[in-house]
Amino acid sequence: MTKKDKFGPPFNPRGKPLEANEMEKIPHIRAKAPAKYAWAAGTAMSRFLEELKNGKIIGRLCAQCDRVLVPPRMFCERCFKPTTEWVYLPGTAVVETFSISYIDQNANRIKEPILVGTVAFDGAPPDCGIMHYFGEMKPEELKIGMPVEPVWKPQNERVGSILDIKYFRPRKK
Amino acid sequence: MNLKKIRKDVAVVGAGMTVFARRLQETGKEMAWEAAKMALDEAGLTLQDIDAVIMGSAPDAFDGVHKKGDWLLDGAGGTNKPYMRVFIGGGTAVFAPIAGWWHVASGMFQRVLVVCEEKMSSVQPHAQSAFGHIWDPILDRPLKPNLVWIFSMEMQRYMYKYNVRYEDIALVAVKNKRNAVGHPCAQLADPNITLEDVLNSEPMALPVRRLDISPPSDGAAAIVLVSEDVAYEHTDTPVWIDGVGWCIDTTMWTNRDLAFPKFVARAAKMAYEMAGIKDPRKEIDFAEPYDPFDYKELQHLEGLLLAEPGEAAIMTREGKTQRDGEFPVCPSGGLLGVGNPIAAALGIKIGELYWQLAGKAGPRQVKKDVRTGVAQAWGDLMQVSSVVVMRRR
Ligand SMILES: [Zn+2]
Repeated sequence: MTKKDKFGPPFNPRGKPLEANEMEKIPHIRAKAPAKYAWAAGTAMSRFLEELKNGKIIGRLCAQCDRVLVPPRMFCERCFKPTTEWVYLPGTAVVETFSISYIDQNANRIKEPILVGTVAFDGAPPDCGIMHYFGEMKPEELKIGMPVEPVWKPQNERVGSILDIKYFRPRKK
Repeated sequence: MNLKKIRKDVAVVGAGMTVFARRLQETGKEMAWEAAKMALDEAGLTLQDIDAVIMGSAPDAFDGVHKKGDWLLDGAGGTNKPYMRVFIGGGTAVFAPIAGWWHVASGMFQRVLVVCEEKMSSVQPHAQSAFGHIWDPILDRPLKPNLVWIFSMEMQRYMYKYNVRYEDIALVAVKNKRNAVGHPCAQLADPNITLEDVLNSEPMALPVRRLDISPPSDGAAAIVLVSEDVAYEHTDTPVWIDGVGWCIDTTMWTNRDLAFPKFVARAAKMAYEMAGIKDPRKEIDFAEPYDPFDYKELQHLEGLLLAEPGEAAIMTREGKTQRDGEFPVCPSGGLLGVGNPIAAALGIKIGELYWQLAGKAGPRQVKKDVRTGVAQAWGDLMQVSSVVVMRRR
């Protein structure tokens, strides 16, 4: 049986696959693209980051659809109207979903898994929250719907970053 | 929206694709040229016959070259012609042919070449290094995320909300990697893979394991689109694009419903309305939903309104979505089996619909007689979907 009989179209597709180590044997050019960036956080997120320094979570209210937007925006993308007021939230939250990751950012394998997921803040609509780490729990204890609270870095170590929150832990009764 | 008064019907009359592999020696341009030439050959056309060219390719960061549209131009056959690149991340695979469709449907062009290319191996040490640049720099990047995390979280939420078992999800990987055995371009075909292999594969970001994921690939694919005025000059078996749709949800992904993809349903409804489809479950014979992860095939079938939320897992367990089942899904072998060179998945989504509906799929040909198929892709920051309905008349 010829290859043409064995497979349907595309007939005889071309392309030469390479093994990982073959890259070193064929002509190739290597380079780095060392671009650096400084992103202005913008009107809404600057306030959000400032409030993190104070150990507070803040959102923006859209009066039209009655949503407290977290992360905050100066406009509502649904109503396409300006948001109208700042709203402090208690900071407590509920686990919306999570992952137990055995790989790091560059797909290297790690022994101790990273517990990560999204939380919805109390006082904001469901699905309204941020991604963050979880801590002070075993992987098997992490569940969707679990009440959690932020664990803040000491005040003098906060810099106005999402990392001013160390992680979320199970809420103390 | 006017989905009724389209000027010209548009047919696919040829398709081609390169092998999909972790690394190819060919450059992006060379791959694009190989795929484009195969599609033109099948249509019996030369580049001189082509009025306009559409190029689809995903992030510039894979190549480390900005403006990939003109970087790939010569290989795509766009030189000295009306030419444009479109890009909606993974959704490009089905969006580039939609762009080709509107060029022809508008009545402006009679013969359009659509070429999609992806070379993910150039970025070192892994395509993940480039994926790191798609996250929000202020909220997400300080947490050093891996792209697999977001899929893992979505899968977890999907399983939770619709009570879906991991064992049923993993069956999708088994099915597609086995289906890919009949595909001459396949990177990860495996005739012997079992459910246990998937369940026991190494944990990546649980619930996602290694065999739940499609691999990074290099590859290219192309199709030729022609107007109804000339379709039968080129073939006796044109396959018609009868409906197209696309839709995007907010980029604030932590504010989205991660269990049900509403934007897929919106795109599907648009395509179905245009195609005159009222009951998709009855009127569509088979599907090529986007399957970069096994759970995505299920979630996308539900978004395409071909199953109720949570039901696609049951259809899979019951064997209905097998190639010889009552509703074949990913008979190509999908991204999980053939490979996932982002935009070039054109060849396993639109290409497969074309070959199946023209009766040319060889050993991959589904058992039942098929007249109507739907293909779908998904991308950007997991928020956009493109849908195409194709028919044999
Ligand atoms: Zn609003």
